[in-house]
Amino acid sequence: MSTDALRLSADPALGTAGIAPVHVTGHGAGGPAPKRIIVGYGFWIFLLSDVIMFSAFFATYAVLFKNTAGGPAAHELFDLHNTAAQTAFLLASTFTCGMASLAVGHRNQKWTQIALLVTGLLGFAFIVLEIREFSGFVARGAGPSRSAFLSSFFTLVGCHGAHVSVALLWLGTMMAQFYAKGFRQDIRHRFLCFSLFWHALDIVWVAIFNLVYLVGVLPPELLP
Amino acid sequence: MTEHSDYEAGSYVGGDRVPGRPEGRTLAQEVRGYLLGLGLATLLTIASFWADQTREIYASGIAVALLVLAVAQIGIHLIFFLHITTDPDNENNILALAFGVLIVCLIVFGSLWVMLHLNHNLMPMDKLIPMQR
Repeated sequence: MSTDALRLSADPALGTAGIAPVHVTGHGAGGPAPKRIIVGYGFWIFLLSDVIMFSAFFATYAVLFKNTAGGPAAHELFDLHNTAAQTAFLLASTFTCGMASLAVGHRNQKWTQIALLVTGLLGFAFIVLEIREFSGFVARGAGPSRSAFLSSFFTLVGCHGAHVSVALLWLGTMMAQFYAKGFRQDIRHRFLCFSLFWHALDIVWVAIFNLVYLVGVLPPELLP
Repeated sequence: MTEHSDYEAGSYVGGDRVPGRPEGRTLAQEVRGYLLGLGLATLLTIASFWADQTREIYASGIAVALLVLAVAQIGIHLIFFLHITTDPDNENNILALAFGVLIVCLIVFGSLWVMLHLNHNLMPMDKLIPMQR
């Protein structure tokens, strides 16, 4: 590989900037991986540890699902219209977040800000619906202290909601940094981590709406 | 800041390449990729809600169907939004993902297995309390 690289870089017609990659970086002979790959990998490890934490909450919820202690059960509480709206908002926001990464890739300030703003508004609408749902439950006497089922429900779904709220703060920070500092490389790396985080939160929500809400409203005799 | 600020100190070519997005893809192609992901995810979401409400499928299988649809949609999200691909750049990400999936399965299915068996093998509380008197 090194002889190839020397030959290529010595070729005056190619210059130094126009060298096509002969070997993939990050694989021994190819040299170290670009920083972007390493940053993404590190954040990916964090996301997986976060997902493992969520899996523990999912397991707790599944174990405690039937322990309603005489209180309301899942199929008496959940309103699927609310869940469908939340799902639509979060799915749309994950798409606009993808659009924001394309705009960042093309260094387009206007579309970056627009796509991030829409992402943030959709995420905010999601959180508002969740807070409304939670306060409705508490008002009906189905707060987290009512039963083991409700404790585990509020822990699992509330933890996801807390993640989305923190991500909204992060999103606002990214908008301000792109606006004030432009498309600097370190800021684009931060944005890469943010977009991975946002997409991962939607993945956790996919598991929640299917396995908590949709399974929860099934008639109890259908569940194992 | 010039374009040269994109070139990384540690890399051979220096290009700030995005994994799974080979250079030369146009903006339209990339948008189309996201739209395809959005369309597939929407279809699977609708399928989940449909499977939940319908009585067309075998009732006891609905919960399993929802689990399968959830896993399928997570796969779509990983491919189209998180750009997990078979690209050599992505090898480490895939290995980490495989390990994460292993741990998640151990935690979820292990907990359910152990706890449901405990439920079966323990005496119910209303029988246990009189015995202690």
